[in-house]
Amino acid sequence: MQDNRMDLHTEPLILNMGPSHPATHGTVRFLLKMDGERILHCETEIGYLHRGFEKHCENGTWTQAFPYTDRLNYNSAIQNNVAYALAAEKLLGITDKMPDRCTAVRTIMCELARLADHYTNLGAATLELGALTAFLYFVEARELVWDLIESVCGARLTSNYVRIGGLATDLPEGFDAHVKQVFAKNRELWVEFDKLLTKNRIFLDRMRDTGAISKEDAIAYGFTGPCLRAAGVEYDVRKANPYLLYADLDFDVPVGFTGDNFDRYLIRMEEINQSIRIIEQLLTKLPKGPINVDNPAVRNPSKEAVKSVMESMIHHFKNTIEGIKIPAGEAYVPTEGSNGEVGFYLVSTGGGKPWKCRVRPPCFALTQAMGQMVQGAFLSDIIPTFDMINLIGGECDR
Amino acid sequence: MFDYTYLPEMNLIPYLAEMMVKIVFIFSMNMGVFAPLLGWVERKQSALMQDRIGANRADIFGFTVFGLLHTLTDAIKLLTKEDFIPRGADRTLHYLAPFIAVVPALVAFAVIPFGGQYELWGHKANLVIADLDVGMLYIFAVASVGTYGAVIAGWASNNNWSLLGGIRVGAQMLSYEVAMGLTLVGIFMVYGTLRMTEIGAAQENFFHWGIFLQPVGFFLFIACALAENKRTPFDIPEAESELIAGYFTEYSGLKFAMFWMAEFLEMVTISAVLVALFFGGWQIPFVSHQMLADFFGFLGPNLAQVVTMLIHVGVFWAKVCLWIFILMLIRWTLPRFRYDQVMKLGWKIILPLALINIAVTGAVILLVR
Repeated sequence: MQDNRMDLHTEPLILNMGPSHPATHGTVRFLLKMDGERILHCETEIGYLHRGFEKHCENGTWTQAFPYTDRLNYNSAIQNNVAYALAAEKLLGITDKMPDRCTAVRTIMCELARLADHYTNLGAATLELGALTAFLYFVEARELVWDLIESVCGARLTSNYVRIGGLATDLPEGFDAHVKQVFAKNRELWVEFDKLLTKNRIFLDRMRDTGAISKEDAIAYGFTGPCLRAAGVEYDVRKANPYLLYADLDFDVPVGFTGDNFDRYLIRMEEINQSIRIIEQLLTKLPKGPINVDNPAVRNPSKEAVKSVMESMIHHFKNTIEGIKIPAGEAYVPTEGSNGEVGFYLVSTGGGKPWKCRVRPPCFALTQAMGQMVQGAFLSDIIPTFDMINLIGGECDR
Repeated sequence: MFDYTYLPEMNLIPYLAEMMVKIVFIFSMNMGVFAPLLGWVERKQSALMQDRIGANRADIFGFTVFGLLHTLTDAIKLLTKEDFIPRGADRTLHYLAPFIAVVPALVAFAVIPFGGQYELWGHKANLVIADLDVGMLYIFAVASVGTYGAVIAGWASNNNWSLLGGIRVGAQMLSYEVAMGLTLVGIFMVYGTLRMTEIGAAQENFFHWGIFLQPVGFFLFIACALAENKRTPFDIPEAESELIAGYFTEYSGLKFAMFWMAEFLEMVTISAVLVALFFGGWQIPFVSHQMLADFFGFLGPNLAQVVTMLIHVGVFWAKVCLWIFILMLIRWTLPRFRYDQVMKLGWKIILPLALINIAVTGAVILLVR
């Protein structure tokens, strides 16, 4: 039998998966070398969504970079806002001077963004595995979270909420009650989603033992976030290098064993619960007070002050036209994005614009390992693996 | 095949008229009601399951009729779309494939009885288009012809994704046809016939329904039937997130619609087979043909038979609709298998279980006798 096969002239099938393919969303291309349904080799090509984010930032003021950061990982835009603001504030040296309420609200918003991101990611993964109804359960949960974000800053997707030295607006009236109402519904949806999938044999077979990666390889590739924790490494920036209020909060970091897609799924499912827990803790002890740092050279004074006090007007004008003056230096603040470590490396020469704005996107490191993770697997295994990596074109290609 | 021996005794004209009425009825049920309406049902049912509103945009003077007009707009769209044939495709086969897919789906219904036998004005009406003694085997045979449509479509499109889809169809259909045949052997042993009308008639007693006599066979058959239908969780040949649209990636317009229609018609046929074999066909539980006829006896013997017939036909289609509903429920709930998992399920789980089922059924029949 084996000999007959040797005589036949066969050659591997070269398959171009993407960028225009339902699973790759126009953002990435897999050049596959296939033996029937088996993947012999997978070449990952990124860059289809490159917009020149870093160069954009260098051509606007420090404040004008916020809308661009929204468009990196648009599922959790506020986390990018916060990461950028934290790096800029470190350069300014005002990290300890931030008002308590501002830090608390930022933490809440970061966790809301994480909820939205995980809901979208898990929902989309099930959608691509064919379970459309489960997908819409989590889309509903995400919409409810976006309702909350909308009530805070007016935008659902690209929030543009955080500012250097403060926030755009304070939380609205009745935010607590709204959050309680949303979480009650989201817990129900979580249970339904869990029932539909976690013990579903088909889902298990599709997720388990696919896209697995070892602890060592995960670290070597620079994995962070749920994918690294799924491989068994207990590393969460919120615990390892606490920022905002995370040091004072009581929450658990789920860690997996196998590094396969099912563990990644379970970790995201658990992180949803933990984020809800964090937000509920914060809402019970939300400090009162200002949301902006009291420094008109950094954070614009109020509109009333601008219209009545001359100094305020001058600051407003200078901040808007020239940009906030950030002292020369460089800074990097790692934060735990929904997908892994997000950090902005900012370099200032003392002007109103960033000299350099480099973002560390988590999914870039994850996407590198695609080829290894699907090597020898079936064509269908690309789908859950790629979904659990959660490549966001906007973030990976910048 | 036909029981021609009794032909000379009867009048040919009423026989042909009856035949025509039955064919027109089944054809219009399938092509006029189910094929277009299932698209609407699928939209609305999935919307209901997913907390959405579903199709409600198309309107005539503001009347949307629960989104039913989408059926009409779909038809207009599909008829007016460009009929695209990719470069390098085999034009003849590309044209032929959708026909090979849709025709078997249509003709498979011929042997399924949608009612019993009724004595109307001295004419004996048998509510099945072709009362073949090979019954179910005919459906297997025809269904396997339908597979060629998908395989040829995958081959003729000159597209790697279509080709992969075509290979998957071939493998999946081949595996599950074997298993499906074996899952039903138990039913044939229990009823001692392959003729669908006789199986239907044998289920007049509620406790003799196939589901009670062959529960294991039922579950195995429904798994195979879902696989034959190529819908989630067995939709690997057209898995849209992997193969774009699988074997019909390169089809557009009415040719695409024919694949779509074939899928829906197969769903109707599967539901009808399920009803005919396992759920008593046209029979109503605890209400026999004679009881119904007696109940409507005040209308006179002929009209009573007509009313009985209408009730039976209605019951049959109601059961079919219920099964379509359940099949759609499954389709919208479960994720899809992987290629190797489908093969494993077919060959390593369903096939052995079906064989055990046959052995156990045989033993039980021997014991009972």
